[in-house]
Amino acid sequence: MSNSNNLPGNLKYTASHEWVKKETDGTITVGITQHAQELLGDMVFVENPAVGRQLKAKEECAVVESVKAAADIYAPVTGVVVGVNSELGDAPEKINADPYSAWMFKMKPDNAADTDTLMDAAAYQTLVDSEAH
Amino acid sequence: MTLEQTPLNAAHRAMGAKMVDFGGWDMPLHYGSQLDEHHQVRRDAGMFDVSHMRVVDMRGEGVRDFLRYLLANNVDKLQSSGKALYSCLLRPDGGVIDDLIVYFMDEMWFRIVVNAGTADKDIAWMIEQATIRAPQLQITSRNDLAMIAVQGPNAAAKLWQALPEAQKLAEGLKPFNAVECNSMFIARTGYTGEDGFEIILPATAAPSFWQTLNNAGVKPIGLGARDTLRLEAGMNLYGHDMDETINPLEAGLAWTVDLVSERDFIGKAALVTKPKTRKLVGLVLQDRGVLRDHQVVHSDHGDGEITSGSFSPTLNQSIALARIPSAVQIGDMVQVAIRDKMLAAKVVKYPFVRNGKGLI
Repeated sequence: MSNSNNLPGNLKYTASHEWVKKETDGTITVGITQHAQELLGDMVFVENPAVGRQLKAKEECAVVESVKAAADIYAPVTGVVVGVNSELGDAPEKINADPYSAWMFKMKPDNAADTDTLMDAAAYQTLVDSEAH
Repeated sequence: MTLEQTPLNAAHRAMGAKMVDFGGWDMPLHYGSQLDEHHQVRRDAGMFDVSHMRVVDMRGEGVRDFLRYLLANNVDKLQSSGKALYSCLLRPDGGVIDDLIVYFMDEMWFRIVVNAGTADKDIAWMIEQATIRAPQLQITSRNDLAMIAVQGPNAAAKLWQALPEAQKLAEGLKPFNAVECNSMFIARTGYTGEDGFEIILPATAAPSFWQTLNNAGVKPIGLGARDTLRLEAGMNLYGHDMDETINPLEAGLAWTVDLVSERDFIGKAALVTKPKTRKLVGLVLQDRGVLRDHQVVHSDHGDGEITSGSFSPTLNQSIALARIPSAVQIGDMVQVAIRDKMLAAKVVKYPFVRNGKGLI
């Protein structure tokens, strides 16, 4: 089940299973990984942070709920929320269908370099593999 | 610790099940999508491996007398062979040791089906009581048997397709009745709120029968959907909605306790004298979100607790069973604490869904 072989190489990853994409305008886009959606199962509810909210790295800022369980989503870096994917309110199952397209929220990091300290695909794959044992 | 396996373990894995540790048993959570499996049972037919549940056969002279004293419901309601009764097994203080189904076969044989996690303590309790009151009885744990539930509006038609020889014997079965068919025991019972059957059969015959059902278009359903189906159907789950610290009157099970007849039974004296301050009700969340077990419910009459909460795929909103102060009325609004928010929920009568249709 945890064979998430095709991790996008252009993304960064957190130990709490968020993916992070650096955009050209200096913002980042955040979602949850294939591994995370597989563990949670069918999504039925997404609660995103308010636009404008200041977040500290690793702060709980959003929630996804599957039929099975609720899971907290953490801010990957320190910064401010600049956008949320409101489509997920009516269609949380998009996270199951395509977790790397179904983004959750966008942030403007206080320090652009913080994103670079997150895991790359290879490091995240190692983490996922170790959790499988 | 090694997990226990049912005779269908290899079949689940071959069908791509996500397996989980369910109370010490290695069981299928789902085979891909819990939501799809839920709808499959409401709209067509699905099958569940419930072989982890335990069949207990009680045989001998006076078995009815013994059960009349052992169970909170009254086995005198069972007069025709194959008739089934849902009952609680109570402690002397009224706490629920387990909930079960008892089948009357003949005056020398009653069959009982109990929950997996409680089976060993149930049997120990039965033997302890029988040693005092009915030492002549044989109480046998049937670990040689498997159990498969086939549920859904098309369950009957697909079961006849898979098991043609059973049609004549079983198609006239009314709910809560069972019949023997060769080595199979076919009961028109279930845990979904749909028509269907629970079939007890030799463990060795289970894998091929499972495959035959699958070939007839009965899809495998995991424990995830089993839980949302039973919650929509308003059926209690032992260990969540009641346990040894809760009496059946506070768990929505007064209808299963016979306090009318003169008959004495274990727990009766405690139930008669105990004040009933709480009751089990249904909740429907009015906002977006998901009700979960153990969330606190605030009412004008005091606090309560959610005992089973989830998302209802049929109603497309969150529902729950909750134990709340008796003074709260059906139709009242209550507040449920979910993380840092208080969300409104409406108090309703359950079941929430029966035979594919929402009742709320």
